[in-house]
Amino acid sequence: MSAFIDNETIEYVGILAKLFLNENEKEQARIDIQKMLEYVDKLNEVNTDGIEPMSHVFPLNNVFRDDIVTNKDDREALLFNAPEKADGQFEVPKTVE
Amino acid sequence: MDITNISALKISEKIKSGEISIKEILDAYFRNIEKKDEQINAFITLDKENAYKQAEEIQNIINKGEFLSPLAGVPIAVKDNICTKGLKTTCASRILNNFIPTYDAEVISKIRKAGMIIMGKTNMDEFAMGSTSETSYFGPVKNPCDIKRAPGGSSGGSCAAVKALEAPIALGSDTGGSIRQPSSYCGVVGFKPTYGSVSRYGLIAYGSSLDQIGPIGKNVSDCAALFDIIAGKDIKDSTSVQLSDHDYLSSIKGSIKGLRIGLPIEYLEDGLQCDIRDSIYKAADVLKRIGASVEEFHLEMLDYAIAAYYIIASAEASSNLERFDGVKYGYRSKNFNGLHDMYKRTRSEGFGEEVKRRIMLGSFVLSSGYYDAYYLKALRVKALIKKAFNDAFSKFDIILAPASPMTAPFLGESLNDPIQMYLSDIYTVSVNLSGLPAISVPCGMDNNNLPIGVQMISDCYKEKLLLRTAYLYEKTAKEL
Repeated sequence: MSAFIDNETIEYVGILAKLFLNENEKEQARIDIQKMLEYVDKLNEVNTDGIEPMSHVFPLNNVFRDDIVTNKDDREALLFNAPEKADGQFEVPKTVE
Repeated sequence: MDITNISALKISEKIKSGEISIKEILDAYFRNIEKKDEQINAFITLDKENAYKQAEEIQNIINKGEFLSPLAGVPIAVKDNICTKGLKTTCASRILNNFIPTYDAEVISKIRKAGMIIMGKTNMDEFAMGSTSETSYFGPVKNPCDIKRAPGGSSGGSCAAVKALEAPIALGSDTGGSIRQPSSYCGVVGFKPTYGSVSRYGLIAYGSSLDQIGPIGKNVSDCAALFDIIAGKDIKDSTSVQLSDHDYLSSIKGSIKGLRIGLPIEYLEDGLQCDIRDSIYKAADVLKRIGASVEEFHLEMLDYAIAAYYIIASAEASSNLERFDGVKYGYRSKNFNGLHDMYKRTRSEGFGEEVKRRIMLGSFVLSSGYYDAYYLKALRVKALIKKAFNDAFSKFDIILAPASPMTAPFLGESLNDPIQMYLSDIYTVSVNLSGLPAISVPCGMDNNNLPIGVQMISDCYKEKLLLRTAYLYEKTAKEL
């Protein structure tokens, strides 16, 4: 039985996804996500008892490298695409009241 | 002789022998683009000035006798989710419509070193999310075989460019079939290598555990030659692996006598267009003629592949796309009230519908209370899908399958029902979930004269066998 998607859920998903949705969009999103969840519900037909979740296809573990800095000061490049910048920093609306 | 109608390898040979210059090749391809691309819309950005500059540099090097690689001097089109330094990279999205990377992706560094000439960036589904290349902010791509139809997706621009002779060869990316499916719809060869064999550094991420960059070309040899150039371990991508094998181009010649080919029964049942089914069986016959044995078998878990894929891919996408917030790069909304409002409006205005849909689904399945039931469940099913393939590869060397249940759909017809569109990936997604290499090779036409592709799948790291099988199939089918 798939989760029931109500308006509250869509509000919550909007917050998680950092998306602003108008009333029409919220309703369409509710319908779409409900449909998709009903479809993916078929995974419940599969018995996965004792099966470990597999996030990576190969047994790659703990890929480390030495903690040595290899790049140079790239401030100009890092700020190159900034929508707003000032004093060598990204400029954004106030973050702390 | 129409120099745009020969293979990439032949182009490089003619450049090295002095028969043609790189400039002449570029002229010819840019002329084709001028004639056709307004209609086909395969390219988002062309880089003529730099292409001719690179051409001059590489021509000088080749003239001195330094040949660089079997594809030196060959122009290449690059999918617009691969970062190219100084050249706009948009992912076909409004949110990156003004983004100019300040570094090259690893594959770009490699193709530059190999003397290839970057012509421009190809159109695609926005953020690689789609199966028709219709969700692009820059308008849909048309299928050169029938401009009323879609080229498939998400690497539709790259495939259309090669088919329409706008580029001799191209790079695409494949997360759930995005190289193989459009290659089959457009009648070109498209290859997705083993996960980890090509660095993802500089590939703008969609589903990090599934994404792979791969070649799209006129034939198997061209794809093998390009794979030689782009493959290899990269410490900047911690999921990349060192292949013990190399030199794929020279290993495609050989024999496949005794090769065991499996035909999965579930992949050839109802829901598959009948002329596609016939083509797959015909392809199996061709392979039998050159010494392979073919046997039908049961490959389970097909029914669950799409559901597992869309949960996992959407979950990873929702995380990967969080970085697009209007702060460091890309589009920023003009009217907002405070930081969080800026994030929300930027993303809502910057992303298209399909991207937003997948981000929301992904956020939901990863959220507290649902994580186990959806995301972890999907990862367990993924383990079972991988196991099904492992079992199959204990009995077979190559699995033969369709690349898609249908041929190219009409433009607009797939966008009304997202789930219908997702189902067109049914034969390709399991390959990504299992990290396997697979290639789509043209194998015939349907009753509407649209291309059909046969998909060949091998076990991980068996690219030599896979490419040899594809090459011999292509050669033999042509001779018959």
